[in-house]
Amino acid sequence: MRAYARYAFGRFLQFLLVVFIGINIAYIITHATPIDPVEHTVSVATAFGHTAPEAIESMRQSLRELYGLTGSPIEQYLNFWRRVLVADFGPSLSAFPSPVSTLIGRAIPWTVGLLGVATILTWIIGNLLGGLAGYYRRSRILKGFGIVAMALHPMPYYIAAIILLIVFGYLWPILPISGGAQMNVARDWSFEYVMSVARHSILPMLSLLLVGLGGWFVGMRSLVSNVVTEDYVVYAELAGVSKRRILTAYVMRNAIAPQVTGLAISLGHIFSGALITERVFGYPGIGSLLVDGVHAGDYSLVLGLTTVSIVGVSLAVLVIDLIYPLIDPRVTVN
Amino acid sequence: MFVVLRDLLRYNSEFLAGILMTGVVVAMALLSFVSPYPPLDQFVAPMDVPPSAAHWFGTTSRGQDLFWLLTYSIRNTLAFGLLVAILSRILSLSIGLLAGYRGGWVDRVLMSINDTFIVIPLFPILVLFYFVMRDNMSWVMLAVLTALLGWSYDARLIRSVALSLRHREFTQTAVFSGMRTHEILSREHLPFVLPIVFSTSLNNMNWSIGLEVTLAVLGFTDINRPSVGGMIYWANQHSAVVAGVWWWIAFPVGLVVMLFIGLYLLAISMNEYIDPRSRLERGGGRKE
Repeated sequence: MRAYARYAFGRFLQFLLVVFIGINIAYIITHATPIDPVEHTVSVATAFGHTAPEAIESMRQSLRELYGLTGSPIEQYLNFWRRVLVADFGPSLSAFPSPVSTLIGRAIPWTVGLLGVATILTWIIGNLLGGLAGYYRRSRILKGFGIVAMALHPMPYYIAAIILLIVFGYLWPILPISGGAQMNVARDWSFEYVMSVARHSILPMLSLLLVGLGGWFVGMRSLVSNVVTEDYVVYAELAGVSKRRILTAYVMRNAIAPQVTGLAISLGHIFSGALITERVFGYPGIGSLLVDGVHAGDYSLVLGLTTVSIVGVSLAVLVIDLIYPLIDPRVTVN
Repeated sequence: MFVVLRDLLRYNSEFLAGILMTGVVVAMALLSFVSPYPPLDQFVAPMDVPPSAAHWFGTTSRGQDLFWLLTYSIRNTLAFGLLVAILSRILSLSIGLLAGYRGGWVDRVLMSINDTFIVIPLFPILVLFYFVMRDNMSWVMLAVLTALLGWSYDARLIRSVALSLRHREFTQTAVFSGMRTHEILSREHLPFVLPIVFSTSLNNMNWSIGLEVTLAVLGFTDINRPSVGGMIYWANQHSAVVAGVWWWIAFPVGLVVMLFIGLYLLAISMNEYIDPRSRLERGGGRKE
């Protein structure tokens, strides 16, 4: 138990470091730029019609306060951290006066629901098939699957999504191609609404599966084929342990550990993946919000989203790290 | 060197396919130097002409010849990938070798930073960067930032090799003969990791080009500089698929997919060459 506590403490420090470095990068990028977001917003706001100079000046002043750009650099830096810690990024400019945190809170369930489920599903299917392919090396079906998965693997995600969209949107229109749920269904936990959400998630999910499977499949196959030749597997085979038990309890169990680390990293990429998936399929999650925020010049929204994704990703990694000893007890020893 | 190349070409069909595909893409990029049209000129050709003898890949709705525009785009895209690969190689080599050689707290600190960079979400940061730079954004700056964020995987790999080199006899000899740390790293350890650096840099190029294409498709780069992603962006702006101008999307996508697969095949075949175990398996000594 003490070993675990020490391990957990180390992981937690790593988590703090990730958040610290990530937020600092965001701070440096936003503050070391030649472009002043305040002036940018002012010029957008005053582009049409005549505005009194005093009004512009007071607008500039309040924007500076809003963005935390008042005071000395040190004050600004501390102020930035204070706002990050209480998750208060001020009101959004494009959806004024909704606070940024409300907008993000509304979008997160969609992203985590779609991308999280897709990532975990891809991981499970890919590892299962890869494990089987590594163990039953002569199976024709699994070999064929390996070739298909390898061919799909290097395909850029964007292109896979577009192809699916064209096939199921225009050529054979059976699935909804855009949005998170049907518009005219009440948003509660009714059967109809849940079904609608599920139907809308099929295409994005499928596109993520197609591109993601290959990596896990190939990785797991080579891990398993390394484990299969180990002495203890041979011994178990000679001792007459059933094939199924060897595969699950002896082979997969030992091969899965590095793949779990991989899962942590790919869960971290949820927010990057969200950008393209949600853009292509018009899904109402964080990615769409970010793209809209950029196009609308919504400084606080973009900064808030970046911060939230940095913290979210590091949290996901921390959780996986903390349950990792269950899968591989050796890590807590040293 | 030539013997290795010859053997690879003869016995490794993946390497051959990879070389051919990458070669076609590079040749395409080189053609840009003899293009009859300057890259930024518009309305110099008839609009929306399907692929024909006069315009091999057709023309765009902005009156550009797709073939010649594509030569510029792929050149810029390749240049971006190369620059990122070179810059991030410098980082990952120096950090990986140093961490592996010095060990102890240097290793721990460097690897903590390394792990941080592995999990930090890139896309939001790159988008944020675009957001604050707007029109002042240049591809070199984007490449530098991408390299700063993209060295960590390979640094870890290089470190693991360097760790094993640390206790080898020749390292001791070098230390006792008075070589400095940077001399040991660059003269004694670097040659051992170079093969890995080579294959990982191909993967790194794939990664960075994919990143750039995606950013450009969303319009988050300098969209006036021709690039493959930028072409798709403009095609989307003109609703090319709906308007039936399919060639505007199909050719850039086809070319970049070819580059992806080519580089990927090169990387895996090289990996196989570096790792003798998989070579044995391929050569019939299959362990069943």
